[in-house]
Amino acid sequence: MQTVAHMRSAVVSALRARYTHGLLRVLAIACLASLSHAAQQSPEDARWGDIRQALLGERAISDGAALLALDTPARALDAAVVPVEITTRFEQTAQRYIHKLYLVIDQNPSPVAAVFEFPGDRDWTRISTRVRVNAYTDVRAVAELNDGSTFMVKNFVKASGGCSAPALKDPAAAAAQLGRMKLLLPDDAAADDLFLTRLMIRHPNSSGMQFDQVTRHFIPADYVRNIEVRYNDQLLYKVATDISISENPMIAFGLRNDPGKGELDVRVLDTEGRQFEKRFPLTSTQ
Amino acid sequence: MIHHAYLTTNLAMSTRACILLLALLTPSAQAQSAADALQFVEIAPGVYLRHGAMEVANAGNRGHIANLGVIVGDERVAVIDAGGSYNEGKALLDTVARITDLPVAWLIVTHMHPDHALGAAAFAERGIPVVGHVNLADALSRRRDAYVKPVIEALGRDADGTRVVLPDVTVMPGRDVELDLGGRVLQLRAQPTAHTNNDLTVYDTKADLLWLSDLLFVERIPVVDGSLLGWLAVLEVLSQRNVSRVVPGHGPVPTDWKAAIARQQDYLEGLARGVREVIRHGGGIAQAVASVGLSARDRWELFDEYHGRNVTAAFAELEWE
Repeated sequence: MQTVAHMRSAVVSALRARYTHGLLRVLAIACLASLSHAAQQSPEDARWGDIRQALLGERAISDGAALLALDTPARALDAAVVPVEITTRFEQTAQRYIHKLYLVIDQNPSPVAAVFEFPGDRDWTRISTRVRVNAYTDVRAVAELNDGSTFMVKNFVKASGGCSAPALKDPAAAAAQLGRMKLLLPDDAAADDLFLTRLMIRHPNSSGMQFDQVTRHFIPADYVRNIEVRYNDQLLYKVATDISISENPMIAFGLRNDPGKGELDVRVLDTEGRQFEKRFPLTSTQ
Repeated sequence: MIHHAYLTTNLAMSTRACILLLALLTPSAQAQSAADALQFVEIAPGVYLRHGAMEVANAGNRGHIANLGVIVGDERVAVIDAGGSYNEGKALLDTVARITDLPVAWLIVTHMHPDHALGAAAFAERGIPVVGHVNLADALSRRRDAYVKPVIEALGRDADGTRVVLPDVTVMPGRDVELDLGGRVLQLRAQPTAHTNNDLTVYDTKADLLWLSDLLFVERIPVVDGSLLGWLAVLEVLSQRNVSRVVPGHGPVPTDWKAAIARQQDYLEGLARGVREVIRHGGGIAQAVASVGLSARDRWELFDEYHGRNVTAAFAELEWE
C-alpha cells in the first residue's frame, strides 16, 4: 500500500499543477527558460535537448536500433488517436533487461507521454498504445537498461492539433462509463510464442487544452496518471501516463513464451484521485 | 457504375427543370456578384439544392463542398445548412434573396461539421435564429478552434469573419419540432448518435422529401464521426421510411434512394466486419488501417482522404463491444 500512498502524493502535486500538466512540470518550465539561450540550435534540437536533460541528465544515449523498433504512421489519420508500437529485438534476461522505457513526443505541450517501469523478470516483446500528436514532431522511445545504459529509436510523425481536438464523439456515453476496464485476449492470444493482452480503460483523458465556449473556461485536465499491472500477484509493469495519451487509454503488452494463465490485476489512478481496480482471470485459449 | 447513373439523371434533371438563378439577374448585378452567387437547382417546387464540390475544402472551391438547401413556403423561408465560411453563408443569403422576397425565418444546421455549420455567423448577424440538435452546442463548443483554424488555413482571407455560432433553438430526440413556412411544414427530428452525435433530419411534408444531410453520402465516402453501430441502426430505421425522395449531405439526389442507403450500409458493415476480425486476432489500429475495407476503394470519391480515419474511428468504438 506504499505504492498507493506514493501515487496519492503524485496526485496532489498533479492537481496543484493542473495548468502545467503534471508529469514533467519542471521540464515544461525548463523548456520555456531555455528558449532564450538556444540561438545556435534549431528550436527542435533545443527542445529535445531540454527533454533529454530533464529525463537522463548528461548520460549518453546510444542508437537503439539493435534493441528496439518503433512503429508509427508517417502521417496520422486522426491526430487524437495515433497508434505507437514498440517491439524489443533482444531476449530480456535477469542479467540484461529494460528497466525503464520513455515514450517522448517532442513537440507536444507535455512531451513525455509515458514512462514504463519493469521489474526485469519477464521477456516482454511488445508494447503498443495510442497518443495525441499536436504538431509535426519526432516521436522517441528511450530504453534505460538495468546497467544504466540508454538507447533510443525515433520516428518523425506528421500530425497536428491532437491535444486540443476532442476525440470524444459521444461525451454523454463516455462519462457514463468512466473507469470501466476491459482486457482483450485475442483468439490466438498465445500463438507465435507470444502472450498478448490489450488493456483498455474508459477515461476522457482530458488534456486541459479544450475550451468550453458555453462556460468560457478550459475543460479541466483530468487524465489517467498511473497504471499498475500485476500478473499472478507479481508486478508486470507500471506506467506513469500524461495528457499525450489518447482518450480511453489502451496498452497492449506482449510476453514471449508465456502460458498466459492465472490472473491479471490492474490498478488505475487518475488526476482527480479516482482509483479503479479490476482483476481479470486469464482463460487459456489454447 | 451506379453512381454514374445518379449523376446522369441529376444533370438531365437540372437542365430540364432547374432555375439557373443567374438568369434572373440584371446584367449589371450579374457582373457585380456573379462570383458570389451560389448555383441552386430546384429539385421540387419550392425546394432548392446547391450541390457541394466533391472535394476537400480548399481555396479553389472556397470551401463550398456541402449540399445546402433552401425551402420556400407561402410566407417564409428556411435554409438548411450554412456552408463552410462566413462568406459562403453571406453568399447563400444573397442567393436566397434572388429566389424569393420572403424572409428567411430559420437556419437549420443539420450537424456540427464545418462545411455545414461555419457559415452561420452570416445568419446570426441578421438576427436569423439557428436551429440544431440539442447536442450541437456542446459539440461545436468543444471543437471551436479545431474547426475554425483549418478553415483559415485552407481558405485564407476567404475565411474572414468565420466563427462558431451556437444554436438558438434546439431539437431533442423523441420530440420533433415543426417549422411552419406557410402552407408548408418542416418536421425536424433529432437522431440518435450516428454520423455525429448531433444529426438532424428535415422532412418537408409538401414535397414528401426527407433531407438526410450527412446521414447519407452519395458517391463521396461516408465519414464516421459519431458511432458506426449507431449509424447502421439509424440507417435501418430510415430505410423503412416511406418518402418519395431524400437529399444527401454530399453528392446528387439519388433516383433510387433505398439503393443509395444500401450502398452506404454495405460500406459501413464492411468496416465493422473487417475491424472486428482484426480485433479478434489481436491486431491494433495500424493493422486494421492496412487491411480493412480496401476493396471499396474504387466505389467512393475521396476514399484515400477518409477511409483510414474511418477505420481508426471504427476500431476505437468496436474494441469496447
